[in-house]
Amino acid sequence: MGYRSSVEILTEWDIVAARQLGRNEAKEVGFGTVDQARITTAISELARNIYLYAGKGKIEIERISEGGSYGIIIIASDEGPGIPDVRKVMEDGFSTSGGLGAGMPGVKRLMDDFKIDTVLGEGTVIKATKWIR
Amino acid sequence: MNKYMATFIQDNLEEILNKWQEMMKEDSEERFFQVMSQEVIDKTSREFAELMISNLFEGENNYENRLIEFTNKVVRFGWSISFVMKAINHFAHIVYEMLEKNETITDANMKEYVMVFTNWTTPMRDGILETYAKTWERTVQLQKIALQELSASLIPVFDKISVMPLVGTIDTERAKLIMENLLDGVVKHRAEVVLLDITGVPVVDTMVAHHIIQAADAVRLVGAKCMLVGIRPEIAQTIVTLGINLKDFTTTSTLQRGVEQALAWTNRKIVEVEVD
Repeated sequence: MGYRSSVEILTEWDIVAARQLGRNEAKEVGFGTVDQARITTAISELARNIYLYAGKGKIEIERISEGGSYGIIIIASDEGPGIPDVRKVMEDGFSTSGGLGAGMPGVKRLMDDFKIDTVLGEGTVIKATKWIR
Repeated sequence: MNKYMATFIQDNLEEILNKWQEMMKEDSEERFFQVMSQEVIDKTSREFAELMISNLFEGENNYENRLIEFTNKVVRFGWSISFVMKAINHFAHIVYEMLEKNETITDANMKEYVMVFTNWTTPMRDGILETYAKTWERTVQLQKIALQELSASLIPVFDKISVMPLVGTIDTERAKLIMENLLDGVVKHRAEVVLLDITGVPVVDTMVAHHIIQAADAVRLVGAKCMLVGIRPEIAQTIVTLGINLKDFTTTSTLQRGVEQALAWTNRKIVEVEVD
């Protein structure tokens, strides 16, 4: 397990803090500006989902390395209501809050690897990985 | 008892201060003791001790005022709150130990002295906490106002053309403000084209995009056109990857090109004039 840092998401401004953390980590690991923007945007989406749907949760950034390549994992965890239909959430244009509905599928496209673990009534853990090319 | 303690502290001030400084240096990670020169430390410590002594006379007139003055001064030292708490605790601790050593405090009167110490330090702690909280609240309030002043004003640049530069993070509150200012401004300046400049927006996620799209729709309803300018290359890529549809928008990379486009829409252009 690599170096890990985290931000609690309690208010809307914590989203900014999580984003800042992600950007700094991405920069230090060595991502370019475009990937930095991708990672920051992905964190923004995940953190906003926590804030909107779970109320509170946590964003963790972990540095990883494997066979000479480096990357980071964003871990967004909450103890919120969980996601009833994961497939629906991953569809473009689906939103329960009147948003654009591009958040979750967007994050999947922004990152290299994307995993959702969700249990109704217990919470959700989302792990999204990005490698340096 | 209090008077005796005050005299005792004053008589043994050097010893107390030495011990106190040692304890503080050992215990704290505060930069104060590492960065400041010994001279400054001595002066501030002495000042702090005097404040501590002056607070011993509870119940005397203008104790309240003195406490307020004390907390204000401590806050002005620029110490962090945990550091101040430690400073008070250590100071009281040293005095207590010394009184115990010279047998002023005995098993018989210990209870009384504990009360004296509690009455001595508790109001100080409470006062300091309150003053700190007030100072922070004020700072946050002022920054909020400053931020609001910074955010989202619509600037008329040409007849019928206005620009709104967006700088910084867009949260729900600011998004509302942007929408209001945008619509008010369009009507007030009789703008036909509005340029939203997002050069200074660090992240464009779906929420920000959503707000921009809504703002543009509203602008269309009051009879003007909205253009999105200042899209940096990396933002363009993330918008595409996110799958946000901005096809109904005219977008340009820089404000300059946006202005040219807006002039073209209103049948005008900028020309160079020859000067002879």
